[in-house]
Amino acid sequence: MSDEKNTAAKLEKIKAEILAKYPTKVARKRAKQILVNRNDSTGKVPEVGANMRTVPGIITQRGCSYAGCKGVVLGPTRDIVNITHGPVGCAYYSWLTRRNQTRPESDTAENFMNYCFTTDMQDEHIVFGGEKKLKQAIQEAFDLFHPKAISVFSTCPVGLIGDDVHAVAREMKEKLGINVFAFSCEGYKGVSQSAGHHIANNGIFTHVVGLDDTIGKGKFRINLLGEYNIGGDSFEIERILDACGISLVSTYSGNSSIDHFANSHTADLNAIMCHRSINYMAEMMESKFGIPWIKVNFIGAESTAKSLRKIAQYFEDEELKAKVEEVIAAEMPAVKASLEKAKPRCEGKRAMLFVGGSRAHHYQDLFGELGMETLAAGYEFGHRDDYEGRRVLPSIKVDADSRNIEELHITPDPKRYAPRKDEESLKKLESEGLAFREYDGLMPDMKENTLVIDDISHFETEKLIEMFKPDIFCAGIKEKYAIQKSGIPMKQLHSYDSGGPYAGFKGAINFYEEIERMVNAKIWSYITPPWAAEPELSANYAWVA
Amino acid sequence: MLLRHTSAEPVERTGLMINPAKTCQPIGAMYAALGLHGCLPHSHGSQGCCAYHRSALTRHYREPVMAATSSFTEGASVFGGQANLLQAIDNIFTVYEPDVIAVHTTCLSETIGDDLNQIAIKAKDEGKVPEGKYVIHASTPSYVGSHVTGFANMVQGMVKAFSESTGKRNETLNIIPGYVEPSDMEEIKRMASLMGLKTIVFPDTSNVLNAPQTGKFRMYPKGGVTVAEMKATGDSKATIALGPLASDLAARKLDTLCKVPCHTQELPIGLQATDRFVDTLRKVGGVSVPESIAVERGKLLDVMTDMQAWFYQKRVALFGDPDSLVSLVEFLVALDMHPVHVVTGTPGKAFEQKIRELTAHLPVPVNVKAHGDLFLLHQWIKKEPVDLLMGNTYGKYMARDEDLPFVRFGFPIFDRVGHSYFPTVGYMGGIRLMEKMLDALLDRKDRDSPEESFELVI
Ligand code: SF4
Ligand code: SF4
Repeated sequence: MSDEKNTAAKLEKIKAEILAKYPTKVARKRAKQILVNRNDSTGKVPEVGANMRTVPGIITQRGCSYAGCKGVVLGPTRDIVNITHGPVGCAYYSWLTRRNQTRPESDTAENFMNYCFTTDMQDEHIVFGGEKKLKQAIQEAFDLFHPKAISVFSTCPVGLIGDDVHAVAREMKEKLGINVFAFSCEGYKGVSQSAGHHIANNGIFTHVVGLDDTIGKGKFRINLLGEYNIGGDSFEIERILDACGISLVSTYSGNSSIDHFANSHTADLNAIMCHRSINYMAEMMESKFGIPWIKVNFIGAESTAKSLRKIAQYFEDEELKAKVEEVIAAEMPAVKASLEKAKPRCEGKRAMLFVGGSRAHHYQDLFGELGMETLAAGYEFGHRDDYEGRRVLPSIKVDADSRNIEELHITPDPKRYAPRKDEESLKKLESEGLAFREYDGLMPDMKENTLVIDDISHFETEKLIEMFKPDIFCAGIKEKYAIQKSGIPMKQLHSYDSGGPYAGFKGAINFYEEIERMVNAKIWSYITPPWAAEPELSANYAWVA
Repeated sequence: MLLRHTSAEPVERTGLMINPAKTCQPIGAMYAALGLHGCLPHSHGSQGCCAYHRSALTRHYREPVMAATSSFTEGASVFGGQANLLQAIDNIFTVYEPDVIAVHTTCLSETIGDDLNQIAIKAKDEGKVPEGKYVIHASTPSYVGSHVTGFANMVQGMVKAFSESTGKRNETLNIIPGYVEPSDMEEIKRMASLMGLKTIVFPDTSNVLNAPQTGKFRMYPKGGVTVAEMKATGDSKATIALGPLASDLAARKLDTLCKVPCHTQELPIGLQATDRFVDTLRKVGGVSVPESIAVERGKLLDVMTDMQAWFYQKRVALFGDPDSLVSLVEFLVALDMHPVHVVTGTPGKAFEQKIRELTAHLPVPVNVKAHGDLFLLHQWIKKEPVDLLMGNTYGKYMARDEDLPFVRFGFPIFDRVGHSYFPTVGYMGGIRLMEKMLDALLDRKDRDSPEESFELVI
């Protein structure tokens, strides 16, 4: 089927074939989450079912709220002692497994990221409560490390037995005189990691943001939101911003320190990479401090250039605009040279991307640069706005699972609220094409007659592979080997396997090389042994002397 | 320094575990269930646990690790997870068509108090379990024991669900290989077959978690003990349980249920433990030890003789699981090494006792701790340095900081291959262990030797 065009009818047929395997109720539910993309000129796309409960037993990619809170958002910050309150496992699995890199200011500066801290609850704590143990754990962490902050993450049983982690945190904060705060990110909250992102955003905003009003150096001061420094992505973005003369106040949260968060409300712009995991922070900062936000994307060389131009446009500074152009001009030749090598060997090949809450979108840019086509994509824990764009926000129904996640109501800070731009200049910039508080989502960027699948199941993954035989499939570690065993190269887009950075200009080059290697690897040609290719039992060889 | 905040002075801790040397029960249960042919492990709880367990096993084996979850939401955690599990069972049998679903609990479902047995019966009553298919289960609360306990519980679950006695005993031997690698399970089978014995090894993850690349994904790989074999374990002549913590529970259950006598002993790692394993096979199986096994033993002894000098009095720090550490320490002592710091994360004082016995005659003090952690181990190393560190991948941080030769041993190994393919059990496994230790020690010697004593021949 590889050479035929995918028509809507054909894709609908494939969808029906997939759904036919499910029990009726499941099929009905999945039908809303599997769509043939339509993309008319107004950018209107079909409605997708997202952020819905996962069907029990379906073999999902999804993880839990704890993973989203502790693992994703707070994990990359180096100088907070993160204590997981619960039995040992949750802490263990989130220990160094996400490839977040960090670069402390000096060899002796605080860095706790290589450590794993847990209360390791035993049965007596489940029966009699774990608050005492938690207090003791915080005390011991303080005595041993004297960190500037300690945070506590609740795992499933904690919520159930009713430990009041917030009260413990308050008490210990008072006692120790350092910042101690807790997250109720029990794994059963919400329907995926996404709930945990929200909880993390709320917690950092409440307990950390705004604690340090010092205005740092730099004329163009921004925060980068939703960039976690997997495989060194943040380092590359930092390098580029630095070259442009743009000061990074804080990244949420790649290569970050709690001090950056505390000071981040002094920035003049929030630039969002991963909309799903961090948009709450941008919204709250805008409400409280008056910092506008824009969506950026540093995945893809063209996208990087575009994002830099957006930032420069925001600051309305000719010098900055010129500098940005200069940097782009300096970086592009190497990118082009690499692309010239890789593109002929990748062009026309087909990719599928099923990851996260933004990468299934962003990485399509890189594949596009390589001349590759995205046949199907979807998020593991995205919401409708990540698919269809924020314009659908008012029409998203809040269900019971989402209602359980606290929505903070933020009002302007009486002293520190300072709109960085007045309404008029925002309007003007908007009319010049700079969109504020806007994310268009994945579907408008995808072609007609591609498949969009939310929270894809293992069964659906297998079916896609069988029916489309894509040239590369992108997902996470759990999916990796099932796909490779099917003879299809698989690139992890959570952890990047062992690769990266893939962000920015150098990252784009790394990615081109990586994909070029993967889709052309010889391995796949060796699967059939010679004796299976020619199964005749004997052959007549003429002996040539 | 990667672990720059680790001080040299150990202080008593009662609240905080730092850098654990164990993980939670369900992952062991999931691993055991993968050693049952045609089985889909199922995690009864929120979906995060399942995602984490699958990820960790996948990183260690670099193989597909298929498992499903009950995907609890807040409602399920308040009202119980019965509805979720019933729905999951229905979906799994419809979509993934396994022969068996092996359900284990998580902290959440344990805390709620879901009764798996009752739910499994209900699923059957409601017709959600097709004819000839099974739902088996094990209770695996992570606030008790460790991943090894979870393994033991699931193996027991397999026995409870399947083992039956027809009243006719046969000559087959059951072997429970313990919480070891697929390669080790393969090696145990190979040794038993060299002895001319007919065995049922369960669980058996060989050819499941070290399956070949064939260009075709198999949801249920070819390996694994079959349900028919599991049933037949009740008629076997005896059970040999390797690794008390991982295997004794199931072996005893089999004894209780089907009167199959059990022999529990240490994992056959190193010379003496392998000797005892072979001897048990001989006695229980009623066979004599063939020349081929004697030759393997002789080869191990030969390498021990040849390379003795390099092991002599080397100070070693070790961490891992109790069953494998006990045998490993015995082996190191046999090599005249000094295992001076030994930590397991799994609770249980018997471990400390056992290590003390094995090292009692050493001329150096030995630190040992059960329910310990790597922070403590690191502190011990800082205070009393060692020549070699052995343990799972997390050890590499200590190894780099302290500039120590490091041998990866145990679970998880996230950064190297080999463990799935080359055993460390048996005589040949002993040679491999020595090879790994020698590589580490001699590479270090070569690196550090001054030019004049950097030598070609060692
Ligand atoms: S909740 Fe329990 S079972 Fe789940 S990962 Fe944590 S320790 Fe393991
Ligand atoms: S117990 Fe809860 S918090 Fe921990 S991994 Fe499982 S789902 Fe996540």
